[in-house]
Amino acid sequence: MNLILDLLAQLGATVRTRLEGLGAASRTFVTLIVASPSVFRRPRLVTDQIHFIGNYSLVIIAVSGLFVGFVLGLQGYYTLNKYGSEQALGLLVALSLIRELGPVVTALLFAGRAGTSLTAEIGLMKAGEQLAAMEMMAVDPMKRVLAPRFWAGVISMPVLAAIFSAVGVLGGYIVGVQLIGVDEGAFWSQMQAGVDVWADVLNGVIKSFVFGVAVTFIALYEGFCAAPTPEGVARATTRTVVIGSLMVLWLDFLLTALMFS
Amino acid sequence: MPNLVDIRDLHFGYNERPILSGLNMQFPKGGVIAVMGGSGSGKTTVLRLIGGQIRAQSGGLAVDGQEVSGLNVSDLYAMRRRMGMLFQHGALFTDLTVFDNVAFPLRENTRLPETMIHDLVLMKLQAVGLSNAAALKPAQISGGMARRVALARAIALDPQLIMYDEPFAGLDPISMGVTANLIRKLNDALGSTSIVVSHDVHESFSIADYVYFLSQGKIVAHGTPSQMRESDDPYVKQFVNAEPDGPVPFHYPGKTIADQLGMKARG
Repeated sequence: MNLILDLLAQLGATVRTRLEGLGAASRTFVTLIVASPSVFRRPRLVTDQIHFIGNYSLVIIAVSGLFVGFVLGLQGYYTLNKYGSEQALGLLVALSLIRELGPVVTALLFAGRAGTSLTAEIGLMKAGEQLAAMEMMAVDPMKRVLAPRFWAGVISMPVLAAIFSAVGVLGGYIVGVQLIGVDEGAFWSQMQAGVDVWADVLNGVIKSFVFGVAVTFIALYEGFCAAPTPEGVARATTRTVVIGSLMVLWLDFLLTALMFS
Repeated sequence: MPNLVDIRDLHFGYNERPILSGLNMQFPKGGVIAVMGGSGSGKTTVLRLIGGQIRAQSGGLAVDGQEVSGLNVSDLYAMRRRMGMLFQHGALFTDLTVFDNVAFPLRENTRLPETMIHDLVLMKLQAVGLSNAAALKPAQISGGMARRVALARAIALDPQLIMYDEPFAGLDPISMGVTANLIRKLNDALGSTSIVVSHDVHESFSIADYVYFLSQGKIVAHGTPSQMRESDDPYVKQFVNAEPDGPVPFHYPGKTIADQLGMKARG
């Protein structure tokens, strides 16, 4: 009997801790949104962060996009060739990238590249009392530090996803058309005819925007709540990648179900 | 002199653990007041309460007549614009230069033109002897210099109240002397009030007008530095003379070593 009661108590404590965590995160998110208008009065704060977050993620995004495009070109050709539909390779590559792989892989890479960097930066600022010093100088860290980084991440993500998809299409073209010999006209014309701006491109942009909100917020929140020790910052950085990646995959399923059902 | 900061019967703790209990302290305008005590005695907590970073559980804390616990966020920030704080390790922004660190509160809290900010920053840096280090990053300067830059940043807005959290910790004797001298001179030049939290007896006594001794969240002694030097209070004597044993025991309380080794008395 005692064992059952202990288990129930443990379960209750775990659920309560999770709910408290969710509540704290929600409150921080609302505070961040409320603090956001001040950011747009000083756009330089955001552009600096876009340069830091977006520009420095560009190489890994572009290289990954190219290789994903290569693989899609190869795999797509082998599969379509079985049914004599290799002319549809361009359409397959473009739809795969624009609808799914572009937003999802970009968000996963973003969580690993920019997300960890944001968490470590904020965590170390906290550990070094820089955020406390800012507060004591009557400067709100939420407005000065977190909000500019949040909006930089949100703005950068769709742009990076678009670059990923564009480079990926180029990768598919290089493998499919230049190396394997799929008809170039068919490759591009099928793509042009089959990809819809609203149903495909816009949905892809919406996805990457949502992923941008989720991943950037998780990275900032983890850094902001990190224990101010080397171990605490290390744990927060790991959590950013794990929670950020899982959140992206879960949101992708949810959004795909909503958009394409 | 009227008091700039007035603490009355203040209690503070984390959950069930009391940190400060029944604290009464007065910080008169224009003075340099040292708050001393061992690690964990609650010294830094006093600064955090004055700055409004944490709120007291009971009792009163007024800064320039305003009760800190009753302030909303915008009033609290308005009050902080009249305060400066030097953190234990400087807390400089590592991505900014020395110049930009000192300019930070001016750029964020005033609408002064950049030319004026430039001149003000150089004057503040000149006051701490670092105008030639303006272009350096915090990683390129020593710990003592970083502390002086943080001091220049703390006085950037000519505050009424300057709080120093362990300003001498980890400094070599020369830097320690320079910092102590600066604290006193800047306080007198700006007409501010300074609260120095420290456990460095020599430097604190050399610049303070009045000293409070804290132990386990309570004031155990207070008076002028000369009164404290002559005090018969066992805690003050142990602290001032750096005695290893006394009211603050050398051994962490608990079992005796004989008990821990499982030794029993013979016979």
